[in-house]
Amino acid sequence: MQDLTEAIVELIRRTSTDLPADVEQALREAREREAPGSAAQGALDTILLNTEMSRRLSRPICQDTGTPIFEVYYPEGWSTRKLAEQIRRAVAIATERAYLRPNAVDAISGENSGDNTGVEFPTIHFHEWDRDELKVDLMLKGGGCENVGAQYSLPYAPLKAGRDLEGVRRVVLDAVHQAQGQGCAPGVLGVAIGGDRSSSYQFSKQQLFRPLGQRNPDPELARLEETIKEQANALGIGPMGFGGQTTVLDVQIDAMHRLPASFFVSVSYMCWANRRRSMTVRGDQVVYG
Amino acid sequence: MIHKLTVPISDEAIRALRVGDQVEISGVIFTARDAAHKYMVEQFIKTGGNPPESERALYELLKEKLNGGVIYHCGPVVVREDGKWRFVAAGPTTSIREEVYQDLVIEHFNVKAVIGKGGMGPRTLAACQKFAAVYLHAVGGAGTLIAERVVEVEDVHKLKEFGVPEAFWQIRVEGFPAVVTMDSHGNSIHAQVAAQSEARLKALVAA
Repeated sequence: MQDLTEAIVELIRRTSTDLPADVEQALREAREREAPGSAAQGALDTILLNTEMSRRLSRPICQDTGTPIFEVYYPEGWSTRKLAEQIRRAVAIATERAYLRPNAVDAISGENSGDNTGVEFPTIHFHEWDRDELKVDLMLKGGGCENVGAQYSLPYAPLKAGRDLEGVRRVVLDAVHQAQGQGCAPGVLGVAIGGDRSSSYQFSKQQLFRPLGQRNPDPELARLEETIKEQANALGIGPMGFGGQTTVLDVQIDAMHRLPASFFVSVSYMCWANRRRSMTVRGDQVVYG
Repeated sequence: MIHKLTVPISDEAIRALRVGDQVEISGVIFTARDAAHKYMVEQFIKTGGNPPESERALYELLKEKLNGGVIYHCGPVVVREDGKWRFVAAGPTTSIREEVYQDLVIEHFNVKAVIGKGGMGPRTLAACQKFAAVYLHAVGGAGTLIAERVVEVEDVHKLKEFGVPEAFWQIRVEGFPAVVTMDSHGNSIHAQVAAQSEARLKALVAA
């Protein structure tokens, strides 16, 4: 089996320092919508300038390089144990090279491990698939936005949210209001409907890997994505919570099966520094996306 | 107009600021986040200014440098080159976690400005009003840009105990950009935006 350690370090470098084009484009469009001279437009100017500087200087866009979340799609016959070892080694090397901040601390004592490895850290999920290539998706998810994620169990009386898409709309808007600017707005919402408490949150994060603007193939869910996006922006929270036109860059929803007894809605909030990239390995060739 | 503030900052300079004003800060400031705030309150403030002997040197230093000084909620990415530390990425962290400590720290050390993101609550706002201080919002996520305004890392305290993100980094900044979102006259952009968005949310989920 190939040693992909250095290729994964490069994936981490790109993810930490080079904001994806779709996110940057959405931020540019958001800038145009804010009033000239407003604090909101000033914040977006700073964000766009910072994005260019980070790319040029190959430095982390944000100092909170977050939880590295790896989604690995591998062909039959690969060793997930060896891949996990290579990922953990790559994370430690990327930390040494200052593409990542040492971000893994002991849950109780707070002691920093120093190299971003620890118990269940980084996060790695393996999926075997039927293609003959390996794909690694990486997201760096900061703590500020992770802290404003929310999970609702429907029906939810305080918002009169029932077990239907109208109920989903209500609780997701509530999550955006609760988050205010704390998650580094304008962010992206990944929403999962259904599942159990853990699978639901995980599925909501999976949505954040979708390109911005990609609507759910189900027309009802696609409509809900559009509606919530428009209404979340009507809340007026704005970039950094300064007040303004753009609070979310996009909303991406999907549904999964659930128990008859449970109806969870999970909202994962991704900050504007929406750091997600992928790497595909075909034979000796490594292609970054 | 951009208000240029140099540490130590006077009460008059603070009282002249209003929410929405843009500022640029220069001088020596300290990063401090969760572990550092807990430590300051437990070791310095709750002991009535009589910390254990092992902590006295840091206490004296902070008493001097935070008098008219600035606290920055930040856990940086740093590199060490030729025996010197350098900031690589240094945007603000979420401030609200320090709400239970911040007013005590402002009062005890005579801190004039707290920089962070996301805003703070009523306790901090009251302290800003009473002791002439402001809360300054830096742009969250602007790690590279702000690190460029950190011209020197003078020292670091509690690095081993707290780790890189949580240590007290003593840094000299030039032209550090931020916006006043809580002033010393009882105004908070955060409270205003929260109230407005709550009213709009209520309309969107009515019936």
